[in-house]
Amino acid sequence: MRPANVWHLGLKELWSLAREPVLLALIVFAFTLAVVSASTSLPDTLHNTPIAIVDEDRSQLSSRLLDAFTPPQFLPPRRISAGEMDARMDAGLDTFALDIPPDFERDLLAGRSPTIQLNVDATRMSQAFSGSAYIQSILLQEVETFTAQRADRRPAEVRLVDRVRFNPALERSWFGSVVELINNVTMLSLVLTGAALIRERERGTIEHLLAMPVTPLEIMLSKVWSMGLVVLAATALSLLVVIRGLLAVPISGSLPLFFAGVMLNLFATSSLGIFLGTLARSMPQFGLLLMLVLLPLEMLSGGTTPRESMPPWVQIGMLAAPNTHFVLLSQGILFRGAGLGVVWPPFLALALIGLVFFAVALHRFRRAITAMGE
Amino acid sequence: MTPASASAFAAPSAAPLARLSGVGLRYGRTVALRQVSLEVPEGGTLALIGPDGAGKSSLLALAAGARRRQEGRIEVLGGDLADPRHRRGVCHRIAYMPQGLGRNLYASLTVAENLEVFARLFGQGRTERRERIAALLAATGLAPFADRAAGKLSGGMKQKLGLCCALVHQPDLLLLDEPTTGVDPLSRRAFWRMIQQIRAHRPHMGMVVATAYMEEAAGFERLLALRAGRVLAEGAPAELLERTGTTHLEEAFIALLPEGRVDGAASLREPLPLRREEPAPVHFEQEPIVIEARDLSRRFGAFTAVDRVSLHIHRGEIFGFLGSNGCGKTTTMKMLTGLLPASEGEAALLGQPVDAEDLRLRRRVAYMSQGFSLYMELTVRQNLVLHARLFRVPDGAIPRRVKRIVERFGLTEQIDALPASLPLGQRQRLSLAVALIHAPELLILDEPTSGVDPAARQAFWRELVDLSRRERVTIFLSTHFIHEAEQCDRLSLMHAGRVLLTGTPGELKSRWRTASLEDAFIRALEEVQDTDRSEEPVPPASGPAAQLTASLPASLPAPPPQPSPPPATPRWRLSPERIGCIARREALEVAREPLRAVLALVGSLLLMVVMGYGISFDVENLAFAVLDRDHTSLSRDYAANLLGSRYFHQAPPIRDDADMDRRLRSGSLALAIEIPPGFGRDVQRGDPTEIGAWIDGAMPQRAETARSYLLGLHADWLARRAREESAEPGQPPVVRIETRFRYNPDVRSMVAMVPAVIPLLMMMIPAMLTAVAVVREKELGSIVNLWVTPVTRLEFLLGKQLPYVALGLVNFLLLVVMATLVFQVPIKGSVAAAVLGALLYVLGATAFGLLFSTFLPSQLAAIFGTAVLSILPAVQFSGFADPVSSLQGLGAWIGRVYPTTYFLLICRGTFSKALGFAELREAFLPLLLAWPLLLGLSTVLLPEQES
Repeated sequence: MRPANVWHLGLKELWSLAREPVLLALIVFAFTLAVVSASTSLPDTLHNTPIAIVDEDRSQLSSRLLDAFTPPQFLPPRRISAGEMDARMDAGLDTFALDIPPDFERDLLAGRSPTIQLNVDATRMSQAFSGSAYIQSILLQEVETFTAQRADRRPAEVRLVDRVRFNPALERSWFGSVVELINNVTMLSLVLTGAALIRERERGTIEHLLAMPVTPLEIMLSKVWSMGLVVLAATALSLLVVIRGLLAVPISGSLPLFFAGVMLNLFATSSLGIFLGTLARSMPQFGLLLMLVLLPLEMLSGGTTPRESMPPWVQIGMLAAPNTHFVLLSQGILFRGAGLGVVWPPFLALALIGLVFFAVALHRFRRAITAMGE
Repeated sequence: MTPASASAFAAPSAAPLARLSGVGLRYGRTVALRQVSLEVPEGGTLALIGPDGAGKSSLLALAAGARRRQEGRIEVLGGDLADPRHRRGVCHRIAYMPQGLGRNLYASLTVAENLEVFARLFGQGRTERRERIAALLAATGLAPFADRAAGKLSGGMKQKLGLCCALVHQPDLLLLDEPTTGVDPLSRRAFWRMIQQIRAHRPHMGMVVATAYMEEAAGFERLLALRAGRVLAEGAPAELLERTGTTHLEEAFIALLPEGRVDGAASLREPLPLRREEPAPVHFEQEPIVIEARDLSRRFGAFTAVDRVSLHIHRGEIFGFLGSNGCGKTTTMKMLTGLLPASEGEAALLGQPVDAEDLRLRRRVAYMSQGFSLYMELTVRQNLVLHARLFRVPDGAIPRRVKRIVERFGLTEQIDALPASLPLGQRQRLSLAVALIHAPELLILDEPTSGVDPAARQAFWRELVDLSRRERVTIFLSTHFIHEAEQCDRLSLMHAGRVLLTGTPGELKSRWRTASLEDAFIRALEEVQDTDRSEEPVPPASGPAAQLTASLPASLPAPPPQPSPPPATPRWRLSPERIGCIARREALEVAREPLRAVLALVGSLLLMVVMGYGISFDVENLAFAVLDRDHTSLSRDYAANLLGSRYFHQAPPIRDDADMDRRLRSGSLALAIEIPPGFGRDVQRGDPTEIGAWIDGAMPQRAETARSYLLGLHADWLARRAREESAEPGQPPVVRIETRFRYNPDVRSMVAMVPAVIPLLMMMIPAMLTAVAVVREKELGSIVNLWVTPVTRLEFLLGKQLPYVALGLVNFLLLVVMATLVFQVPIKGSVAAAVLGALLYVLGATAFGLLFSTFLPSQLAAIFGTAVLSILPAVQFSGFADPVSSLQGLGAWIGRVYPTTYFLLICRGTFSKALGFAELREAFLPLLLAWPLLLGLSTVLLPEQES
């Protein structure tokens, strides 16, 4: 291998990209505006949650319960009739509907253990679970306070003081912006290496390279370093200017460590891109492959939903994806301020995955490239 | 119809077929044409000649309506081409064949299918179509290859197919841009005979042809010589010869160029002066053998492309390779360079066996392939420098070498231009320059001078002779120019994969007793073809050249006596035939690449499984640990209360504050509980006490859900405590809360996920399918067919969309079947509503992809753009996880207009909530609007002509 060839071929890749202003504009868009819109649009999980209450009791307690649901978690509760409830839930107007039965207060004080019905629209996935638990705890607390006052007994004095670490206000935009950045890093590195390889094949320039004194390893390395550099630059721009500057997300950990992680991740994803480029026979096929790979990478790597609640086989399978480890190390470094002593496992995993991907891609690339002359 | 065109039909002989006056054109700052005027009368023939980059192609593209007019007036077939109505009305009477080896063809379609596409676009009926296609295939000798994919044809055969496609309808005006470049002499003769026949039947038909072959130009009534966008001379061939005082058009051409334009042009009166300069024959036999091939064969499946070829080429020799198109020349060359492994036989270069891995050998050899294969994104200089570096030319020597080579090949002015902006001939010169930059010992050149103008060709040959004689460089090249063949030291004639004969030009001529080499070759070829015929039964239509043209009049249908008037269809009336034709072609392309459809269908099913099972917005099994500073039964009871739920699982207890910090920081704990000292005592006494809960907030959604569950469990624990405490004075007041998860009573992730995943998949996959559909044609060149055939932009887009809409619907049905059978999540509501919703949604999604395809300039950008702009809004802003109503800012706005939002409502409504049309009608309206809106926008953005 000749480093000079890798260098010059890599410069060629950079020139090619520089001559595509529209693509550059799209990249800038993805790493700035898309990140902003993705992070600022996210509501807190319980934010302006629509809740309706069928109050068939109309007692002191029931109106107390009604008043317990306050903004910003809840929209002011709407009193509805029992008949309206189904239609409103069908139309998706309310995520939660409480049904307080007649004589609720009386039954409660008489020790008859009345039942409140809480209807949850389970298709509203993000709100359904946390919301129902939250509503339950509100109800229990209100009832407890109410009964304790009535019985002239001190309510239990055990308070749960919850402190959220690393993101005290649970601002979803913090994490949302970083997740969108991670998604874009993956997407861009896959496209830049994979699609660019197919384009070279469609134009015959790869075949041309074969007649020259360069090796497939040199060609591949040149693509990895040059396109990696582009994505790294875009990531730095996004993280420093957009996420830290514009969105004012506090970054607690070491930036050099994070960028080292980005580089490792790029090594793996750009190898994956080349691998996909050798699998696809044409640009349309590559586009599809890209979607098929991107969606699980984005949805199952732990950025969108927690890994812990996925079935074990998905959890284990996703350990082979670079994104999973990248999400782990980004969370650790950027939010929890973790150092290498803490986040070395994802680093190691990324390095291994990158090496395997690179080796497999190189093997396929060698084979594909010799088959290209035919 | 404009009055002008009406009068043209009343007196057909009065107006010329085409009249261009004062035409000017510029690309950016470069002037391509300046004040060019020309006229083609009925039945007239005009040849455009001129050096590469003179503006010939631009002129033809303007006359065909493929390029937008900038300056001057272009009247064709009785009207102004700037008028879109007129252009659409007459385009079926114009045949335009663009430059380049089959750039307007569809590579994955077969020869017959390509012709079929064009015939259908021009609205030919089935019988007419069949007859014409058969006749054209027979006339060009393509009949045996009718079922071969166009992309697999050799360069020359692609050119022939391009011609057939241009001639498939019955045009009144032929505009051919270097139609015979790269076509072998035999086929070239057949081609011109075919044109003669067509003209005999349609005497009013006129034609304008750009050509680099002066012997062809000599047969035209008039010539127009262009240089640097200006008319240099115009007149009959005889007039030009007279004016320049030359006897041969090739010389006249060079004489017409201003002095100094080509180095030493004044002395180039004699074409290709090699023989005269080198009277003493060189004895190559004494030189070492540089190329040696022994019984080299190559098979592709059952087809033998190269059959036992043996060659010996000595050092310093110029060895020519001739033969009909597709006879195996390129394949042989590729095997010699190591690009293609041989099926059998051996080859050695420079005394070493050919080895694809041997980089040292590659450095001593230069190979120039037939198609342009340099980097379009690098300038001329950058391409040269890059190649010099890769071939390890010392850095210090590079600038000098680059300077010298651009001067040699006349590229000095273009040194900072991008190859994409160069005319074909100049690109070819650049390829040559690149091949020579590292001073190789052996040159393997595949049709190096195809499409290069005579002056440049001559300069190039001087260079070759120089290299061969002075520097002892061995040159192995293929060519279709007989003039060039004459200059070779030795020649091989190849046919059907075999080398028929090898010898010096003189030997070959004397063997066949012909005066010219061209005749000798044609004789030789006819002879083998005759024996081929006698060996195997072949339909008579594809006989040798003489019979072939004789059979033509019978097989070409008689043309109508008058030029057929343009069809009276209004411009905005869509033609189902043309939409069908485009759709059929697109579907064929998908069918040729079954992997694409399989990926779309199987891939989406796979994703549904993975995402359906994998994504859950609930939290389970979060790791928590307790820092118990109390160690009483009550503190243990509190911890056990958390453990009893499915949400948390317990990790080893926390030792101290530092341990807690470390474990939270590493992410191994999602929740840490601290129970203060004296907790048990305080609770027993009823004293206030506080339990601390530390939640990892790095993932806010997870933290939020975890906190809610924790609060719930805490309240539970308190209620239980209260019950146990107040056991004596009667039952404690308790409230029971019955939580009903509606639409998904078992709270299975699948039930909620399946209807939500379907809209995601059905946005991204169809959008990606169409995202490259148009831009791909732009990149590969076939978009020109939209500009010069009667198909309108809307028809084109609709046709492109149809196959993918069908594929998308099949996809939807498969997903529904899988949801029902595998996941047990059936459609509970109206199936009709779901299917109609899906149809509207797929129409929208495919139109969304088309939109990217029309305004983005490259496939790469289209793929990236579609990925960025479809995944983000679909996953984040469409109510997949968070209801659109609770979104904020920009996302909330996007969510409100994005189609996925509404299909998600329909899917959840029909799958989970058992709803029908009545309840969902508000979700249908936005979907109904999305398709026409997106398609309309795409239509507007799609250029109607090249600008």
